[in-house]
Amino acid sequence: MSEPAIEVRGLEKSYGDVHAVRGIDLAVPRGEVFALLGPNGAGKTTTVEILEGYRTRTAGDVRVLGFDPARSERALKEQVGIVLQSTGVDPFLTVAETVDMYRGYYPRPRPRDEVIEVVGLQEKRDTRVRRLSGGQHRRLDVAVALAGDPDVLFLDEPTTGFDPNARRNAWDMVQNLQSLGKTVFLTTHYMDEAQVLADEVAVIVEGLIVARGTPDTLGGRDTATAIVRFRVDDGTLPDELARQVTFEQGMAEYRSEDPAAFLHALTGWALERGTGLDGLTVQRPTLEDVYLELTGEPVAEEL
Amino acid sequence: MSRGAGVALGIRQIRYFNKAFWRNPASAFFTFIFPLMFLVIFTSLLGNGETQVGGRTVKDATYYVASMAAFSVITACYTNVAMGLAFQRDEGTLKRIRGTPIPPTAFLLARVAFSMLVALLLVTICATFGAALYGATIPSGATLLRFLAMLLAGAGSFAALGIAVTAIIPNADAAPPVVNATVLPLLFLSGIFIPIGDDAPGWITLIGKIFPVSHFLKGMSSAFLGTPFEWGDVLVVAIWGVAGLALAIRFFSWEPRS
Repeated sequence: MSEPAIEVRGLEKSYGDVHAVRGIDLAVPRGEVFALLGPNGAGKTTTVEILEGYRTRTAGDVRVLGFDPARSERALKEQVGIVLQSTGVDPFLTVAETVDMYRGYYPRPRPRDEVIEVVGLQEKRDTRVRRLSGGQHRRLDVAVALAGDPDVLFLDEPTTGFDPNARRNAWDMVQNLQSLGKTVFLTTHYMDEAQVLADEVAVIVEGLIVARGTPDTLGGRDTATAIVRFRVDDGTLPDELARQVTFEQGMAEYRSEDPAAFLHALTGWALERGTGLDGLTVQRPTLEDVYLELTGEPVAEEL
Repeated sequence: MSRGAGVALGIRQIRYFNKAFWRNPASAFFTFIFPLMFLVIFTSLLGNGETQVGGRTVKDATYYVASMAAFSVITACYTNVAMGLAFQRDEGTLKRIRGTPIPPTAFLLARVAFSMLVALLLVTICATFGAALYGATIPSGATLLRFLAMLLAGAGSFAALGIAVTAIIPNADAAPPVVNATVLPLLFLSGIFIPIGDDAPGWITLIGKIFPVSHFLKGMSSAFLGTPFEWGDVLVVAIWGVAGLALAIRFFSWEPRS
């Protein structure tokens, strides 16, 4: 594998006495979707804007495609697409004109209609920007970022304010990008978004990365205590099983880091007796549970 | 990127500015229709009197052909550039542009060049109107060259000042009041709306000498009214332009100021 698309070592950023980013390390391999999670004010946007070249850093080393973004080099900008949290485009140009205008800034742009298709705005091709809905506007933001056929794409909270349907569409779009081999650096405070899209996630809290991993292993999710629950009448379970569970409101509950042996015994017993196990669930902590524990704050509510 | 490619990119950008400009009712109205409307109103309403300009007596109507031409240039270059950039900055358009490979100077120069083209078109309309109806002279020969020098210096300088003033505009809502507050009093004190005679109070004359509007108006008037032309006027306007450019380079922001 070649060098990572994005590499960050010891990154720090202070605004006066405020230490927004306090020494973080990251590496995003080419072609991967990376999600930076964190509550508002944790340093997500500061970090991504340093990577995009909008902010200077106080300390540390940053490389995007081998370039230092702080130097604002044209050769880097030609290979990077940026979707900021809020950005404007001229309201009086049409979707097609807007995409064309931005395509003109790049040496090897993607064909216009292809760009419009990736974000699903074919129907709105000749509509003026001011007549687009919020979700369509956001998709145009992405289209504009794709106009130059970038290798690396930065998406800063791309679905904030979307309704659930629009978010699913946006996710499809990001998955499209990944299949095109793009490296995507995403910030979000939606756990389900990270779960669906990211190959790797890192959680940033108060300027520090407190956990990282795949969405399935973050914070030891995969090995954390599993909870087995099922409905059973009191007294019917054989002693060896009953000993291991607690009862609450007619539900038996069993906790273990490795529930395999218990589940084997339980299902064996149920099969033998010919009873179903009503309401049987095996649960590990969700990404949201892990996030909550790490950040100590309630997760953003899904719209 | 080569200079040629930068110029090509700039020209391309001007075409997009042009498209968006005419589709935006507010910009098309205030920048384009407004000065022409003033021209018709002033010449019709006040056109019958006479006024003393540069040792000559001219009809007020003719005077307004020159002053409305100057007003058009200031509106298109100063007011429109300042407000347009402040809005684009607040909406994040400028920040987005900054993240693309287009050189920032190519983008801003294209904006300036576009406003100068609008100004040129407006001046042409004023001149045609004035010559057809109010006996304004259409400059030709050496007068035309001097006039174009003044026009170029004025349009460029007012555009540079328009970029510079965005530094003191905190947000888009504040753009119209700030821009108008910086230019409207000056327009009145410099004879754009009301001719200022030799008997004007000293402080008004002084303001006229210091700021660029009055000098610009004198330059424009010389072409249309046949009053004396002074290179000193061009110089004062150009100095303001260079100062504006320096301030713009130092303080211009591509991101919303908050």
